[in-house]
Amino acid sequence: MKYTILVNEGPYQHQAADSALQFTRAALEKGHEIFRVFFYHDGVNNGTRLTVPPADDRLIQKAWTELAEKHGLDLVICIAAAQRRGIMDADEAKRQGLDANNIAPGFRISGLGQLVEGGIQSDRLVVFGD
Amino acid sequence: MAMLHIVNKSPFERVAFDSCLAHASAGDAILMIEDAVVGAVAGSSFSGKVKAAMADKSVYVLGPDLAARGLEGKAMEGVTIVDYAGFVDLTANNDTTQSWL
Repeated sequence: MKYTILVNEGPYQHQAADSALQFTRAALEKGHEIFRVFFYHDGVNNGTRLTVPPADDRLIQKAWTELAEKHGLDLVICIAAAQRRGIMDADEAKRQGLDANNIAPGFRISGLGQLVEGGIQSDRLVVFGD
Repeated sequence: MAMLHIVNKSPFERVAFDSCLAHASAGDAILMIEDAVVGAVAGSSFSGKVKAAMADKSVYVLGPDLAARGLEGKAMEGVTIVDYAGFVDLTANNDTTQSWL
């Protein structure tokens, strides 16, 4: 079965980012296809590479990147939500005249249309959030 | 058209769980995850509502989230404990999902 996952909550906030990760892993292990993971609202904070959690804590952002590399996942960050929260890729940072970018490997920034397309193209849309 | 209702907040914190129970149809499935797992505990002031829902709906709780809160073995009778693989199966076996955020 084909899935799109929507993540509306940031990492280390409550538990939704962890739940989404675990669900995505379990779906892949069962042989399902993850068409897209879309990060919206505070969920865009899952896509920064500049986090340094304590050594004994889980590394949520890195876990997404590793999962994307292993399974070729399409991790998409909502551009309007990202700009509000300072999540930038190189092109956006340049366009906005900023001195740095912070997007994590495996993520890309795009628009809400990607969420709509995910809902249409997938058999199931599963939402995780606050 | 069976729907899987996913609840993730405690019924003692938010009204989402109550809203879910008020809107779910006969034949639907309800899954408690994250803080909502306290709703599965036997003998609480909320457990009667969950029990009533079992009359025509199937009720599940995510085992790892129960265990994370020290509530293993405290789930009421009639609630099925699932792992993440079981969670995935529930989304596949129901036609649609609704997350009560």
